[in-house]
Order: sequence, then C-alpha cells, then structure tokens
Amino acid sequence: MLIDEQTLPALARGCSVLGAGGGGDVHTGLLACRQAVETYGPVPVVELDELPDGDMIMPCGYIGAPTVSIEKLGSSHEGEWLREGLEELTGRTVAALMAAEIGGSNGLQPIGWAASLGLPIADADGMGRAFPLVPQVTMEIAGIDPSPGVLTDERGNRLTINASDGQWLERIARTLSIEFGGRAASTEYTMTVAQARSATARGTVTLATEIGRAMLDADEPVAALADAISLRCLIEGKVVDVERQVTGGFVRGAAVIEGLREDAGRMLRLEIQNENLVAIEDGVVRAMVPDIITVLDTHTGAPIHTERLRYGQRVTAVAFPCHEIWRTDGGLALAGPRAFGYEFDYTPIEELA
Amino acid sequence: MSGHQDLRIGVDVGGTNTDAVILDADDRLLAKTKQLTTTDVTGGITRALEAVLQTPGIDRGRITHVMLGTTHATNAVIERRRLRRVATVRIGAPSTNAIRPLFTWPADLRETVSAGEVVIGGGIEFDGREIVPLDEQALARFLEPLAGTIDGVAITSVFASVSERHELAAEQVARRVLGDGVHISLSHEIGSLGLLERENATVLNAALAGVAADVAGTLDGALETLGLRAATFFAQNDGTLMALEYALRYPVLTIGSGPANSIRGAAFLSGADDALVIDVGGTSTDVGVLVNGFPRESSSAVEIGGIRTNFRMPDLVAIAVGGGSVLAAHPGGATVGPGSVGHHLPERALVFGGDTPTLTDAAVHAGRARIGSAAPEPRFDELLRAGLAVADERFAEAVDMVKTARGDRPLIVVGGGGVLVPEDLPGVSEMIRPPHHDVANAVGAAIASVSAQVDRVFNIGPGGREAMLEEATRQAQEQTVRAGASADEVEIVEIEELPLAYLNVPAVRVRVKAAGPLSSV
Repeated sequence: MLIDEQTLPALARGCSVLGAGGGGDVHTGLLACRQAVETYGPVPVVELDELPDGDMIMPCGYIGAPTVSIEKLGSSHEGEWLREGLEELTGRTVAALMAAEIGGSNGLQPIGWAASLGLPIADADGMGRAFPLVPQVTMEIAGIDPSPGVLTDERGNRLTINASDGQWLERIARTLSIEFGGRAASTEYTMTVAQARSATARGTVTLATEIGRAMLDADEPVAALADAISLRCLIEGKVVDVERQVTGGFVRGAAVIEGLREDAGRMLRLEIQNENLVAIEDGVVRAMVPDIITVLDTHTGAPIHTERLRYGQRVTAVAFPCHEIWRTDGGLALAGPRAFGYEFDYTPIEELA
Repeated sequence: MSGHQDLRIGVDVGGTNTDAVILDADDRLLAKTKQLTTTDVTGGITRALEAVLQTPGIDRGRITHVMLGTTHATNAVIERRRLRRVATVRIGAPSTNAIRPLFTWPADLRETVSAGEVVIGGGIEFDGREIVPLDEQALARFLEPLAGTIDGVAITSVFASVSERHELAAEQVARRVLGDGVHISLSHEIGSLGLLERENATVLNAALAGVAADVAGTLDGALETLGLRAATFFAQNDGTLMALEYALRYPVLTIGSGPANSIRGAAFLSGADDALVIDVGGTSTDVGVLVNGFPRESSSAVEIGGIRTNFRMPDLVAIAVGGGSVLAAHPGGATVGPGSVGHHLPERALVFGGDTPTLTDAAVHAGRARIGSAAPEPRFDELLRAGLAVADERFAEAVDMVKTARGDRPLIVVGGGGVLVPEDLPGVSEMIRPPHHDVANAVGAAIASVSAQVDRVFNIGPGGREAMLEEATRQAQEQTVRAGASADEVEIVEIEELPLAYLNVPAVRVRVKAAGPLSSV
C-alpha cells in the first residue's frame, strides 16, 4: 500500500476513530502530511516481515500540548534529526519509521517525516489506540529498552536521553518538551525489525485506512464502521451532561449520554482521562480501557474528541477490542482499569453485556 | 420640526429581505419596512431606506445615525469579487514550515487575493519567549519587489495571542518599505488560537478592506441623495456596532452580523438577557443563544467561502427549514426542504393559489397562521400534516442542540417565519413572541451599543491570576473605546478562563468582552 493524497483523509479518519477520544485533533497533522507527500512523493507502507531482521524501526511522534501544535505546525526537519541522532547512537540503519501512537494526530505525523526522508512507514504502532503517557506502549510490555530516547525541536536542538525506565523517560521528556516550547519531536523504544514483529500492534496503519475508507464513502458512516470492524454500539443518543477539568496538565471528567430512538430511556456514563476510559450503564460497566471507546457524531460519523464533547450533540458511542497485547498481564498492569485508578479487573468487551 | 435630532435607522441585509427600522431616543420603534434584497445588495439598502423614511411623521432632519448590517463582505468572499491583492507574511520559520500559507485555499480565491506568500524567521512560544529572532531583512527582501503592486499585507506570527511584539515589529518594516497607503492586518487583532485559521481570517480581512471602503462610499452617496446627514455605523458579528474607521480596519468582523443582529434584536424586543433565540426565515432557520444580552460565540472553526477561520462568530445551529421550504411525500411521512420557493412564496405557495406545497401552507392548514387567500385542496391534507410534524421535530432538535446544559429555557421567536414555530416545544419554559419580531434583525442593528474583546493566552506571572485578569480587562476596555464606545460607560460583559491541557506550567487562555453605549448618541 502507498499513502498518497487520496489515502490520507481515510487514514486520518481512522486514526481519529482509534484515538478513543484522545490523541489530539488530526486536522493539522493531515495538512502537514498532504504537503509532505505532495513535495516528496507518497509513502510506502511496509510489512515488518519484509524488512531485514537487524535493521531498526524508529517509533516516533510529538510529545507535549495539542494547543502548541495548532500554532507551531512543525518544521520539515524534525524526522531527519531524529533519525540522524538514532543512527549515530546505535550504529544501525533505520529501515522504517513507525507511529508510537496510531490514535489521533500522532498516527499521522511520522508519515510526513517518512515522506521527507524517503523511508517507508511500518504497518504497526506502539498502541493500536491513544494513551496519555510515553511508556503506555506495547514495546514496554515486550521489555524493549525505552532508551536511548532522542528529543528534538524545530531549531535543531537535539538531546539524547538515557533514562532508567519508561516512567523516567516520560518525566524527563515531558519536562524538556516544555523548555522546547511546549512540544518536542521524539523517538524512544527503538528496536530491531526482529523485535518489532512481536513487540508492536501490527497492521494498524492498514486498519486505520480501512476504517476511514469505509466511513468516508458511506451514507451512514456509523453503520459502515460497524460493518468494517467487530464493534459494539453502546448507545445512540445525545450528550446531556459534561463535566471536565484540566488538572496537572490532564483532562479528567465524565459525560452522560441519554438514549434516543431505539435506545430511549437508557443512560450511559462515560468516564474520561484524556481518552474515554470506562462506559457505565445502571451501575454496570459496559466497556473499559484498554478496549477502545469512541464517541461518533451520529449523522456525520466524525469522532468527537473528549475536549469537544458538549451538551446536545447527537452521538453514538461505540466500543471495540484493543490490540491483544494489552490483554496480557503486562498490558493490563500498564493500561488496564486499575492502572487508571479503578477498583475492578478488566473484562474484554466481547464478554460484557 | 424644531430641529430635534433623535432618530436612528437600523438596516439589516438578509438573504431574502432587506429590513429597515427607525427608533427614537427612547428606543421606541416608529417605522419599519421589508424590501427584497437585490443582487448588488446596495439597491435593496437604498430602497429600504427610502421606504422607511416615507413613513408618515418621520422628519428626515431628525435622523442622526444610520446603522448597517450587511452581507457585502460575505458575498465578496463567496463570489470572489472586489477583493484586494494581499501579500501574506507568516512569522513562523522554522516552526511552521510543515504547512505553507494558504495551503487549503481554493485555487481561484488564492489567485484572486494572493500577491505572494512568505514564511520568515520569528515567532513566539506559548510562554512568551521568542522561538527565534524576527528576520526583518527577509521581510524587507520579500516586500520590496511588491511595493506599488499590492493593496494590503496580512501579518501572522506564531502565538500572536501570547505576544504581538513580532507582528508589531513586522508592521514597522512593512510601513517603511510600502508606505502609508497600504492596508496592514495583524493577526492578533483578528483571531485567536490556531495559526492556520487565524492566518486565513487575517488575509481575508486585508482582502476585504476595499469592500468596506466601497460600502461606506455607496452608503454615503445614498444618504446624500435621500437628504440625510447622519453618522454611519456598521454592525459586527456580536450584534454591536463599530465606527466607520474601525470597520475599515476590521471588515471581516461584519461577516455573521445578520444572525447576531437578530439575537440582539430579540433581546431588545423581549427584554430578556438570557434565552434561546430562533430566527425563522424563508429558506433556513438559525437558533442561537443569548448570554448576558449578547450572542454566544462559536468555539470551533467557521468556514467562509471554503476557508476555515477562527475569528469570533455567533454560535448557531442552522437548519434548512423555513417558510418557503418545499414539502414532498416520502414513504412513511414527508420531507421538508432543503429546497425552498424563497421569495416566490407569494406566487407558488398553495395558499396563494400556486402549485407547490410549502411549510407556510402547512402552518396555515394547521391554523397557526393566516396567510394568503386560497385554502389548500384536501388531497394535500396528509402531506401538510406530516410535513408540519417533521418541521416541528427539526425545530425541537435544533433548539435542544444549541443548549449547553439540561433544563428548560425561554425561547424568543423572531423572523418573518416565526409563525411556523409551534406553541409548545420540548425543553422550552416560555415561548416569547415580541412585537415587531419580524424585523428583529434591523432592530438589533439599531441598538446603539459597541463592544470589543480580547482573546489571548497569558502565562501567570508574579502578579498572579489577578494581574493577568486586570491586564486582559484593561485591553478589552481600551479596544471598546477605540471601536466607538463612550469611555465612561464601558462595562465588562464576560470573562472566560481556560487552562491549556498537557502543559504542567500555568498557561491560561483568557477571553474578556467589554461593551458600552455609543459615545456620540
């Protein structure tokens, strides 16, 4: 598959659906990628099986505040500086870039960088969705060393981070990103192709593109999504209550959706920490993290970001299975309900009523 | 005839009608008229002025102000006409090179407007530091060959909403190279967060400078012909006014003034400060929200002529349902619109003996309105009943969607199609149908109030939150006075604070709106 100007809108829509309400708005990332493929040509999507075992996969993206990304749109050089840094440090060749996070804007950004470098993008990512923290990636579960991390900005400042673990890397990178102006381009959890085959969520670029294609061409996008992937419709209704605060840099809150039409009389509560974490109806949990809960505009199918939920919106909340790596003990320790402060264990969406 | 000078005329140009009203010093409505909007817009305005001045008892000598809410700017963008040639300057290398200026503009509009685009070194961080120093030499090099060939420059810096200093320095360079005759638009005065949308709005503003000057000239001519010696003001998109000089500098703020005027007019006519407002026209219906006497603003990007912008606009839910909406049978019911007979209603609707079933026919059939002379044939009964039920549902949904919280709210019904709205709608505590609701938009234009706002990102410094709010408030007051308000009577209408996510330092977006009565009334 090639990612070109025609594929990009579909991929962007898919990234947004996989974002589970977070990951940042895809609009800016989509435009940056459009300009990049127009300038440098389309980006090939490669299967990890097709690449040499010993070459490197470079997971990358932006760390920092979405608000900064709508002002500082990105320079064209960040991808180049990340790769240079990494190749100097490891003495190996980067065979492909990979999104650290397919959900939201970070699913798109590496494609622009890949275009400018003339490198392919791996058909995989480190989450299969969006999560707020750097170490909440499949590579952490697989035991890949997060270091060396490379951090750069639009000016060409470049830092190598050798952190003792993923949490420290998160802490250091987050602080440095503020110094860089609220955002930094970063790579961490670099691995060989051989490692990446089992340490990543595979096939997610293809998945996102297929989701987007199905929805963008459809008269009834929500139904089209249900046809494209195995999906549970939690409720169709309207948003009747939203509470939301920004604390410690993170968005926390809840939204209540009241059923309409066939779902009249029902109420669903969504709990939010940057992403949609848990859906509860009548005291019973109907979907939970790390499975993906996304709120779609009922008419247009456009995913609604947690920061944009508001009273009166006609929405359909859907849930679908996360990547299987998240369902292992290691995955749940990192991003299961208890990791977000809930007092219950994970039950897969397929087993919930 | 004693030389009393105490009357104001409000004019509002809509898609179908151009309305005008005359108010006296006590804000009593003395005259009103509805004329068809003409293709050139100006003809309709002149006719509305003539008609309203012919009302018995109106002495032209008493008119002191003419307030105009017009669609000239919107039409110019949509039709790509009378737009000026603008050089686009972005202060944002290297931090914004990933997306070039005007990247999303339709080719024809870009060709009409743009005389060249450049991204020069500079820009501000979210915390007020410089990203890199401003490259004044690069700016001068870009502008020098353009001198004498362009009408305007649009200057946009990264995080201009945190600090405008790079934009102000760039303005100096542009003045030095291009001279005084060139219009310069600075993005910090136009839009808020979101570089691309703010840049788009700033370029449009510069491109529209000529349209504003044209309208002002035409209006002056019309006033002279009509023997009026009145000061002219323009309605802006929060439903208040701006002096001519201010309108020439910020013409883009006239876009969206129509719905804003309706909402302000509805507030004025009903005496309510906080309510929902439904404005039913011939083709479409807008539902907006009145908060503290002003239209609530949209928080998301608004498209104009195919371009995303982010300057302040009224937050509306618009549906393609109006008095002229055509009804059609549909399995299991009926469809309403989006087609409309528009201003052909008096020939084509059933109640006027025409052959097209419209929503107006349905309202007459149900006894909500008495319009026309002919009774629709019984074979239309089912369609009219079903069509009205669909329209009622659409009204109810639009009213509900515009709310920000649960709970019943009063609803003010205005516009020529107001009779279509049923007596009861779910979620509405009280249905208010004020007198003269059919010309609420023109009344809104004639309310002698002026406003301005600041929308900026502040980093809380040593003075704390209070110093930040004080600074924002002072700026809003100053701008309101610049727009024409009386300095002694400016009040703060609204203060909003939004902390920015994913930053563990205290950066806050602050929006302060100030308003006051026109200084010269």
